[in-house]
Amino acid sequence: MPTVIKPKHQRLVLLVIALAVLIAAGLLAAWALRNQASYFYVPSEIATAPPEVTRAVRLGGMVEKGSLRTDADGVTIHFVVGDGKARVPVRFAGIAPSLFVEGSGVVAEGRMAPDGTFVADNLLAKHDENYVPRELQDMTEHQKREIVAETTDTR
Amino acid sequence: MIAEFGLVALWLAGALALLQLVAGAVGLSKGGEALSGLVRPVAAAQGVLALVSFATLVALFARTDLSVKLVAMNSHSAKPMIYKIAGAWGNHEGSMLLWVMVMGLAGAFVAMVERRLPERTMLATLAGQAFVSLGFYAFLLLSSNPFERLVTPPPEGNGLNPLLQDMGLAFHPPTLYFGYVGLSVAFSFAIGALVTREVGPAFARAMRPWVLGAWIFLTIGITAGSYWAYYELGWGGWWFWDPVENASLMPWLAATALLHSASVLASRDALRAWTVMLGVVAFSMSMVGTFLVRSGILTSVHAFAVDPERGSFILALLAINIGGALTLFALRAGTVTEGKRFAPISREGALVFNNVMLSAILGIILFGTLYPLVTEAFDTRVSVGPPYFNPVSAVFFVPMLLVLAVGPLLRWRRDRLDRVGKVVAIPALLALGVAAFLIGRGVSLLPYVGMALAAGLAVASVLPLRERNLRRTPLAVWGMVAAHLGVAVALFGMASDSAFKVERLVALRAGEATQVGPWKVMLKSVRPVAGPNWTAMEADMFASYEGGIVTEIRPQARSFWAPLQQTTESALVTRWNGQLYAVIGEEAPGSPGDGRWQLRLWWKPFVTLIWYGGLLIAFGGLLALIGRVASDLRRFAARGKIACRRERQGR
Amino acid sequence: MTNGTGEKRAPVRWALWLPLALFVGFIVVVLFGLLRPAGNEVESAMIGKPLPAFDLPAAVPDRPGLSSKTFATGENGGKPRLLNVFASWCVPCAVEAPQLEALRRAGVEIDGVAIRDKPKDVAAFLARNGNPFARIGRDDVSAVQMAIGSSGVPETFVIDAKGVIRYQHIGDIRPDQVPMILEKLREAEE
Repeated sequence: MPTVIKPKHQRLVLLVIALAVLIAAGLLAAWALRNQASYFYVPSEIATAPPEVTRAVRLGGMVEKGSLRTDADGVTIHFVVGDGKARVPVRFAGIAPSLFVEGSGVVAEGRMAPDGTFVADNLLAKHDENYVPRELQDMTEHQKREIVAETTDTR
Repeated sequence: MIAEFGLVALWLAGALALLQLVAGAVGLSKGGEALSGLVRPVAAAQGVLALVSFATLVALFARTDLSVKLVAMNSHSAKPMIYKIAGAWGNHEGSMLLWVMVMGLAGAFVAMVERRLPERTMLATLAGQAFVSLGFYAFLLLSSNPFERLVTPPPEGNGLNPLLQDMGLAFHPPTLYFGYVGLSVAFSFAIGALVTREVGPAFARAMRPWVLGAWIFLTIGITAGSYWAYYELGWGGWWFWDPVENASLMPWLAATALLHSASVLASRDALRAWTVMLGVVAFSMSMVGTFLVRSGILTSVHAFAVDPERGSFILALLAINIGGALTLFALRAGTVTEGKRFAPISREGALVFNNVMLSAILGIILFGTLYPLVTEAFDTRVSVGPPYFNPVSAVFFVPMLLVLAVGPLLRWRRDRLDRVGKVVAIPALLALGVAAFLIGRGVSLLPYVGMALAAGLAVASVLPLRERNLRRTPLAVWGMVAAHLGVAVALFGMASDSAFKVERLVALRAGEATQVGPWKVMLKSVRPVAGPNWTAMEADMFASYEGGIVTEIRPQARSFWAPLQQTTESALVTRWNGQLYAVIGEEAPGSPGDGRWQLRLWWKPFVTLIWYGGLLIAFGGLLALIGRVASDLRRFAARGKIACRRERQGR
Repeated sequence: MTNGTGEKRAPVRWALWLPLALFVGFIVVVLFGLLRPAGNEVESAMIGKPLPAFDLPAAVPDRPGLSSKTFATGENGGKPRLLNVFASWCVPCAVEAPQLEALRRAGVEIDGVAIRDKPKDVAAFLARNGNPFARIGRDDVSAVQMAIGSSGVPETFVIDAKGVIRYQHIGDIRPDQVPMILEKLREAEE
C-alpha cells in the first residue's frame, strides 16, 4: 500500500483530481449537448436542410386546414404542418392535446422518418389557456372545436 | 386592514433583519461587543414577524379578499378552502414571502438553540443570515409586494391554475422551501466559519443537523413533486428534466455532497475547505434555481410567469450573495489549514470520490439547463431533454454507485481492498447474476445497468450491519443503511419501469376490452360528471390482473372554468409489483355516434418503488438526525453532570 | 500556519478563485438571457400591416360598435388611435384603467375590443373602472383579436391614420409607460 503523503501534497493531489474530473464532465457535457440537444425547425427549414433521421427535433408551424385525418384505429392521426412556404406531413399516435385543431399553431416533438414524414412523439398546441372564454364552458367539446376553427379562419 | 397589517409586519421584519446584520457585524469588531447581546433576540423577533406576515397572507386568501391584487389574480371564491389557502404560496409573491418566512424562522431557531459554536462564530453566522434575508426582504417590499391593493376590487378572482388544485401539489412548495431555504443555515454557518476562521470539526458538527433537516425536506419535496407530475400530467413519466425540476435537484445534489463532506470533517477533521465551499454552493444552487424559474429566461411547464425586470433584481441578489460568499472563500480559505491525511483506499477516499461525482453530475445538469440560453444568444432555439441528461449523468452516477456499495465498509484513514473483497463479493455476484438473467430480454443499456446495480447495492447497503450488535448500533448507522438502501430501491423502480413497461394506445367502444401486459381492461361506459369547479368526461373501466379480481377505475378528462384549462385525472391501480395507469383522451374522430374513446394504458412494473425509495432515503436521514441530536443532547447533559460533580468535589 | 514553500501552495491558492470565476461566467450567460427581449410574448406579425377587415357590433348600449373602416377613412382627423383589447374578467385590464383614462384626457382616442364577454359584465366593468373608449366592439370568439395578432389581454395597439398597425403593447400599461405610449402615437403620425 502506498505510504501516506504529506498534507499539503494531499490537498494538491485532491484538487488536481477533482479539477480533472470536473473538466472531463464539462467536455463530455459540451459534446453531448451538441449531439443531443433538440433543435427547432419550421417546415421551410426542413425542406432546405432536413435533420438526420435519427435525431430528435421539434417542428413548429400551422396545422393546414383540411389536412387532419384519423386512421381506422382511432388514435393515429395524420396532418400537415406548414409555414406558408413549405409543408411537412406529420404522423402522431396518441392522445392529442385538447386545443389541437386545424388552423392553429402546433409544436411537434419527434423525428423525421426516411419517407419525409415527421413522426411525432408529443404534440404541444400553441394556445394559451388565458384566451378561452367562460361562455364556452357550456358547450360540448365538439362545438368548442368548431368555434375555434371558425375563428382562426378570418383572413 | 389585514393586508396593511401584514405589510407592516413585513417591513418590521425587514428592519429587524437590518438591525441583526448591524448588531452582528459591529458585535464582531473590537469595542462593539455591547451590541452582540442584541443579535439573538432580534433574530427571534424577526422570525416571528415574518411568520405573522405570512399568516396574514394566508388569512387573506382564506377569506378571498378580492381587494388584494394577489388574491384577485390567483384565487376564486368557488375554490375549495384547502386550495384557497394553498393559493397563498402558489404564485410568485406569495412563495417569496414563504421563502423569507422560512429563512427568518430558521435563523430564529438557530439563534435560540445552537450552543456548540464559539460566540463570535455565532454572531458572524447570524449576521450572514441577516445579510442574505435583507436582499430578499428588499425584493419583496420593493418589487413584489404581496399585499398590494386594487383600487376597484373585481367581482370575482381569476382562479388558480387547475393543475395546482391537488393535495400533493398544494403542499409540495412548503416542503421544498423548508429544504431550499433551510440550506441557508449551512450557507450562513460557512460564512461565519470563514469570517472567524473557525473551520474545524466543531463547525461541521454544528452544521450537520441543520443540513440534514433541510436535506430531508428536499428529498421529500422532490419525491412528492415527481409523484405529482406522474399522476397529474397523464404522460406516464415521472421526471422530465424540466428546468423547475432541475432547479430542485441541483441543491439536493449539493446538499448530499455537503452532508457527506461534513461527516468527514466532523469525525476525521479533513476536507475543511471543500466542506466550507459546499456549504456556500448548496444554498447558492437554491438561489440559482429560484432565479432560473422566476426570471422568465427559461420556459418550463410549471414556471411562474415573472418578467425580466424582477429577474434582474434576483440576479443582482445572486451576484451579491453568492459572489460575496465566493470572494470571501477565495480570500480566507487559503488560511484554513489542511486537515488530517488519509490514504486513497479509505472511507475518506470513497467519500471524496463520491463528492466529486456528485459535483460532476451537478455541473452536467446545470450545463444542460442553461444551454438553451447560450444558444439563444446565437439565434438557435434548442431544447435539452432526456437524450442528454440520462446518459451523461449515468457516466458519473454508475461509478458513484459502485463506490457507494463499498465505501461504508472501508475503515477510516487507511484500508485495503482485499480486506473488504470477500464481503463485497456477495453483492457483486448478485449484480452479475441479475445482469446475466436479463441478457436477451430486450432491455436497453441504461435500465439494464440500473437493474444490476440496484440489486447489488441493495445487499451492499445492509452489509455494514453485519458483525454488529444490532441493539447497540447507533441510529446514525441505521440511518445510513436506510438511506443507501433507499437509493437502491428507487433505482430498481426506475430501471424496472424503463425496462419492462408495457403501453397500449387504443380507441374502444363501450363494452370492448383490451390487453395491457398481464391486465385485461374493459371499457364499460363514458359519461359526463361535474365537481365544485369543473366538468369532466369520466370513463368507467374494469381491470383485472391475470384473470383475477376485477377493479373498477375511472379516469377523467376534466375541464376547469376559471381559468379554463383541460387536465387529465389518471386512474391508477397499485399492486405490490407495479401499477396500471389509465388515461382517457377524446372521442375518436370518425363518424359521430361511433362512440369510440381514445385510451392510453400502461402496465408499469415496480414503478412505485421509485417513490418508496425516495421516502426511504428521507427516512434514513431522519434516523440519522434523531440519532445525532439525541447523542448531542446526551453529551451535553453528561458534560453538565461532570461539571456539576467537579464543582461539588471542589475542583 | 502554512507549511511548505510558497510555490507549492500557489496552485491551491489560485484554484480557490475558480468557483468565483465559474459563477461570474454563469452571470454573464444569464445576463444575455435577461437582456434580450422575452421570447414568451407572442408578437403580432401584423405590425406594419393594415388592420384586417372587421365589423363588430356594439358591446354596450352607450357606445357604437367598431368597424375597421373607421380607421382608414381619417374620420378622426388623421390622428393615430389606440385599440385596446380587454375583458371584464381580466384583472390587469382593471389595473390599467387609470392609465387609459389618463391617455384619454391627454387627447388620445381609444377604441376597445371586448373579447369573450357578456354585455352585462362589460357594462359593469366600465361602470366600475371608467369608460375611456369612444367605440367598443364585441368580439365574442376572439376572431378580431386573433386576426390582429393579439394573443392575450390586455393588449394595446397604436393604429395610424391610414389604418396600419404600428405598435403592439403586451400587458397592462403601467403609469410610467404612459409617456412611452404617447411617444409611439407621435411616431405614428409620420
